[in-house]
Amino acid sequence: MTNPLVISVKSLDKWFGKFHVLQNINLEVTQGEKIVICGPSGSGKSTLVRCLNRLEVHQKGTIVVNGIELKDNVKNVDSVRADVGMVFQHFNLFPHLTILENLTLAPIWVRKMNRKDAEEIAYHYLERVQIQEQAMKFPGQLSGGQQQRVAIARSLCMKPKIMLFDEPTSALDPEMVKEVLEVMVDLAKEGMTMIVVTHEMGFAKEVADRVIFMDYGKIIEENEPGPFFSDPQHDRTKLFLSQILI
Amino acid sequence: MEENKEEKSRIKIILKWLKDNLFYNPLSSFITILIIYGIINILIPSYQWLFVDSLLNGDAEACRKVEGACLAFLKEKTRYILLGMYPQDEHWRPVLNVFIYLALLVFSRDRSRWGKKLLGLWFFFGVFSFFLMRGGIFGLEFVETDKWSGLPLTLMLATVAITVSYPLGILLALGRRSKMGVVRLLSIGYIELIRGVPLISILFMSSVMFPLFLPKGIVINKLLRAQVAIIMFISAYMAEVIRGGLQAIPNGQYEASDSLGLNYFQKMRLVILPQALKIVIPPTVNTSISMFKDTSLVMIIALQDMMYTAKGAMSDPHWLGFSVEAYIFMAVLYFCFCFSLGKYSRRLEKELDTGLA
Ligand SMILES: Nc1ncnc2c1ncn2[C@@H]1O[C@H](COP(=O)(O)OP(=O)(O)OP(=O)(O)O)[C@@H](O)[C@H]1O
Ligand SMILES: [Mg+2]
Repeated sequence: MTNPLVISVKSLDKWFGKFHVLQNINLEVTQGEKIVICGPSGSGKSTLVRCLNRLEVHQKGTIVVNGIELKDNVKNVDSVRADVGMVFQHFNLFPHLTILENLTLAPIWVRKMNRKDAEEIAYHYLERVQIQEQAMKFPGQLSGGQQQRVAIARSLCMKPKIMLFDEPTSALDPEMVKEVLEVMVDLAKEGMTMIVVTHEMGFAKEVADRVIFMDYGKIIEENEPGPFFSDPQHDRTKLFLSQILI
Repeated sequence: MEENKEEKSRIKIILKWLKDNLFYNPLSSFITILIIYGIINILIPSYQWLFVDSLLNGDAEACRKVEGACLAFLKEKTRYILLGMYPQDEHWRPVLNVFIYLALLVFSRDRSRWGKKLLGLWFFFGVFSFFLMRGGIFGLEFVETDKWSGLPLTLMLATVAITVSYPLGILLALGRRSKMGVVRLLSIGYIELIRGVPLISILFMSSVMFPLFLPKGIVINKLLRAQVAIIMFISAYMAEVIRGGLQAIPNGQYEASDSLGLNYFQKMRLVILPQALKIVIPPTVNTSISMFKDTSLVMIIALQDMMYTAKGAMSDPHWLGFSVEAYIFMAVLYFCFCFSLGKYSRRLEKELDTGLA
């Protein structure tokens, strides 16, 4: 039995002004799948991921997420966003709220949960990312690695069906990368559908079902991690891998 | 012996402090001496003028004979300056209002008390103080708004103007950054129009021109018109101050809110505005202080605020020639309010500081 389709991108095109940033992208993701996207800087990885929850607006093609097509309808967009978690390179925690408030904000206001239930869930996820002692602190008082784990927990509190990660470890000091990746590996093992933009090839090898290589706004190559790393087909992929794997 | 030693070491410490802080090189010594000279030349004569050579009891004739301040003039006129034309027998009403107002301000200092209840309390006080001033119910004598004057009038104009213009400013600032073209254009138009015109001309328009546009028979109270004019004026400035704060919020905050599924209003209310408004506390208070003082301009349309009554006191034929005393009195009053406002804002900033992320 195949898993249901949760993301379906068909002939997607996007321009920034005259700049053709995404060109004829086709992508299907089934429930529980883990996709890693890599590629050189400026190739459009972030833009593609951000199209999936409409932080960016596309001009051509269709994007269907959880059965809802992303178009101008604000209600639809908000409901897709509520079910799709996103983790950013720079965490983007809310600095004026405590860690606990960061986690309960969306469940209370978007899911209309009462405060007590929301806090219960928040503590559950804080425990999972192992920072429950920091619940009453403010983001500014935490290390980068801790902040990123809070950011992941904040998304998880919405019980998302899909998680998007845009270079979640590239703003971190090397010693903190591991703690964040561990959380992500755990999440993958539990069956979360994940789309991860990253250059952490170890992570890709460990959890990805598919690795996608992008360049100049196109998907150049797409394969399971084994063959992708051992036997890349395209010259550009080879070049990229040789640069990144030194 | 022992004590003597201690004494000596203490003197040493003081001398060291003086050397480190006031005389550490020739330039600093020179500046220190200059400042001490200046202080002596200003403070001592002021002290003399106010306390030594002044006259507290007596009439204008006696006052003119002394070199110092005519405190007798202030003693005689303070009541008039503070309460103006409000009927003498009813003076307890504005006085009570001012006291409740000050008490409420002090009570509201603590951020832990902020909330819907306090807001309700202020609203209730607004209604209460209005009827207490106006009368006409509960057997209170009716007092026309033309007779409201002095300190209560100044406080009312400033407080109402600042509290109403703050939310209006927020709306205008959001409007100016809105994606909806019409809303944005209207906001920009309003802000730029109002900012391009001096407050005096807006006040004049409200008092002279505006009534001409009204249908015959409809009269809108002059005080209300002035109040609205001031609100309109401050709102434009508040909007620009707040817009500055909105611009300082990084895009990531918008994106994080969006990605969690918060809608526009939730995003603004829960994430963006709390941060933006905090950043702009200093310029907000700056604007408020400046507007507090600018309310004194209403005297040109013959509303009798504190400045107006002070002028009235100066031009009393029996007490001519004591304007310095009156102006200094005004300065002290305005300073007390503005200084407290500034001091409170610094405290608020400290309390709201959560360390940047
Ligand atoms: N808002 C924007 N307006 C105009 N151009 C943009 C905008 N955002 C991104 N771009 C451009 O689009 C291209 C793709 O950007 P994108 O951020 O998707 O790249 P990326 O693959 O994520 O790169 P990186 O590895 O540096 O994050 C870049 O050339 C970038 O300069
Ligand atoms: Mg990127």
